[in-house]
Amino acid sequence: MRIAVLVKHVPCAPGGLVFAADHTLSRAGRRGQLNEADAGAVELAWRIALRHHNAQITAVTMGPAEAKVALQRALVLGADEGIHIQDEKLSGSDALATSRVLAAAVQRIGFDLVLCGAASSDSGMAVVPAMVAERLGVAALCFADSVRAADGRVEIRRHDGHGAQILAAELPAVVSVTQRCAVPRYPRFAAIMQARHKLVRTWSLSRLGIDRSDAGLAAAAATVQAVRPATGKKRVVIECEAPAAAVQLADFLAERDFL
Amino acid sequence: METVLVLADRHSADGGVCRSSDALLTVARRLGAPAAVLCGPADAESVAALGRYGAQAIYAIPSPACGDYTVFMGVEALVRLAAQLRPVAILIAAGHTGQEVAGRLAVRLDCGLITDAVDLWMGPQGPVAVHEALAGSYLVESRVIRGIPVHTVKTEAICAEPAPAEPVVSNVEIVLPARPPAARVVAQIPRSGPQADLSASAVVVAGGSGIGSQDSFELVEKVAQALGGCAGGSHTATALGWCPRSRQIDQVGQVVHPLLYLAMGVSGSVRHRAGMQSAKTVVAIDRDPHAPIFGLADFGIVGDLHQVVPELLAEIHRRKNSSEA
Repeated sequence: MRIAVLVKHVPCAPGGLVFAADHTLSRAGRRGQLNEADAGAVELAWRIALRHHNAQITAVTMGPAEAKVALQRALVLGADEGIHIQDEKLSGSDALATSRVLAAAVQRIGFDLVLCGAASSDSGMAVVPAMVAERLGVAALCFADSVRAADGRVEIRRHDGHGAQILAAELPAVVSVTQRCAVPRYPRFAAIMQARHKLVRTWSLSRLGIDRSDAGLAAAAATVQAVRPATGKKRVVIECEAPAAAVQLADFLAERDFL
Repeated sequence: METVLVLADRHSADGGVCRSSDALLTVARRLGAPAAVLCGPADAESVAALGRYGAQAIYAIPSPACGDYTVFMGVEALVRLAAQLRPVAILIAAGHTGQEVAGRLAVRLDCGLITDAVDLWMGPQGPVAVHEALAGSYLVESRVIRGIPVHTVKTEAICAEPAPAEPVVSNVEIVLPARPPAARVVAQIPRSGPQADLSASAVVVAGGSGIGSQDSFELVEKVAQALGGCAGGSHTATALGWCPRSRQIDQVGQVVHPLLYLAMGVSGSVRHRAGMQSAKTVVAIDRDPHAPIFGLADFGIVGDLHQVVPELLAEIHRRKNSSEA
């Protein structure tokens, strides 16, 4: 069984992040880490691999040189090998371009199951898993809170607004997991040392057969025209006699259509 | 006027059209003539519900496979209709299924996708979407520059306004392949108990230790009833037995995100705020002017709630009567 885990390198804490002049988030010089939902996906891959013969877990990431940190962490948490897609043309890629690159990489290594976090903590559009599945022509089971994969079939449970849903599909499939799905083990020292000797391959866009004009900010299908800080709400606190206060509150509620 | 395609969600339990569709149609009217895509047959009730919010056309997918393969059917229908109608935009409610439909659709049509819009309007060069970034600290205005714009909309951020229309209903026949490359919904487990309406309620009224006694807790219920919402309590109120555990609003109880949150006698501890801080409008009534809840409140009243709340109930009653008369 071949399991590919898509992982992302994200800034450690979102506090203090700012937008650059080209309206992309300036992540330069910030400490990064493996996206937490992706760490759960690696853990889940490891648990599934325990129950299968000859299971091979490949962690795949796309990003600048610093993204190696996330890949290394995935190797510590249980991935067998890593693939780092690095190309200067990738900067500013939107979800469409990201999914194109990741799908090409997964296609190249071969897969029975693709796992990833449901959303990244920095941008969090939560559409890349579905896009990758569409490009690979397989089922997507997104936002899984628990996953069972056995006998060529995968079954997930997730919560929507109205209760729980159980979805099932035949393998191969793409599964995206929430942080509820699996909590990564605290790695042993030996695992950290062993991870240093695991194979990490670096691929460029041309290696994947993707035209360089199909990725990066220039190929984005959407453009940001303005970024403004959200203005704080106007707050009113009054202190007066009960009847007057009640009338003012009723006015406030009526203005906002609650009465 | 150009068409705007809207994917209407249905409740998994009773098959009725979700309220999210009202908000989608309201937004769609700003961009063009709304046309709703409905998974499943167009029954009279659904047609009426969509017509009330301005759907001028309804494209129903009568296939019985719609329940199990909602995403697959939705994507196939939208791809076909997009080619046929060349809509000015496609709007989908943000959510688990909505996000997947939008992602797949954007790949199939190779067009730009903007997710989680909280506001949308028609700009000179096409629809402009606003979404929140970095935990709501920034608002980003963006626009699709390739293909038909696909947007997922956070429908809870939109105030739905009715605009009755007479929709023209037609069917879209989608045939399910023998082995569809899609996940199948095997089971739907409805949420049971009263908490179902609490966390999904548009108006939530909560009482805290300031209420003072079990008897006075009726005030909370009464205000909730008057505003058409649900009553809940802080952890202190549940610990004292004034309100059931299933209605505890905080980090470990129910997390609510209503349009209106009315806190009565709630100080606003960290754990309580964790359960309600995404409420759109917060109103607080408390005796302590330094209570942390006033830091979140859009409108606060410092005073004795046992005097203010009966006055408020009387005032609401008076206004309702006068508007009916």
